[in-house]
Amino acid sequence: MTAEPLLFVFLAACAVTTAVLMVSHRNPVICAISLIGNFFCLAALYLLLRAQLLAVLEIAVYAGAIMVLVVFVIMLLNIGEETRTSERFSFRTIVGGVLGFGLLLELLYLFVFTHYTAPPLAMHRDAPLVGTVESMGQALYTQYLFPLQITGVLLLAAVVGAVILAKRRLS
Amino acid sequence: MSVPLPYYLALSAILFTIGVIGVLARRNVIVIFMSIELMLNSVNLTLVAFSAFLGDVAGQALVFFVMAVAAAEAAVGLAIVIAVYRNKQTVHVDDINILKW
Repeated sequence: MTAEPLLFVFLAACAVTTAVLMVSHRNPVICAISLIGNFFCLAALYLLLRAQLLAVLEIAVYAGAIMVLVVFVIMLLNIGEETRTSERFSFRTIVGGVLGFGLLLELLYLFVFTHYTAPPLAMHRDAPLVGTVESMGQALYTQYLFPLQITGVLLLAAVVGAVILAKRRLS
Repeated sequence: MSVPLPYYLALSAILFTIGVIGVLARRNVIVIFMSIELMLNSVNLTLVAFSAFLGDVAGQALVFFVMAVAAAEAAVGLAIVIAVYRNKQTVHVDDINILKW
């Protein structure tokens, strides 16, 4: 497949562009929409990595459930554009940029220019079989059964907590 | 031919850094929240890439759990945002200092 590197470059460019737009735009609704675009790019990258189930879950859970919740809260609270322009490019922004750039250099050094993890250069030949629903279900319901049950309890606690927190006090 | 592993890791590092800058530089609590989601996703990309290149399902199972925890975090975090907004009428983190003394 010769189209794969081309597709990767296109998707990576889209992902980085939407991420930068999300961080830099002052209107929260546009931030949320660009983050949804970023999730779609990442889902396509998961497909390039042969992770079919996770690509579907990325769109269903992140772009579908979580971002709908975020957009709903933005609409509910009626948050407009940020008006405090003096604080948008302050000392804090510069410190954040410098720290972030340092972190980027560190991560790139660790991931790309060292052989610390000795990454294999070609994709594993069983990679298309790893990300299927069958393989994931096999792993989740045998090897990871206990964490899966704990996740169910966690989601129940989160639902109860969210209802308690957002409830209007009747006093 | 497929894309080598370091390209995925480099993309993941770039996305994570953008998320870190978003958390450090922005003051709107919902945008900070979305930056955290971006960081979670970049780590997910790393895990999926390693899973595909090593032919091991463990990384993708971990991504599954990260997604579940992110969903729980979104529900509770946005409920806290709504509760704070109801009391303080703001989502600007500099104005939310009731735990500071």
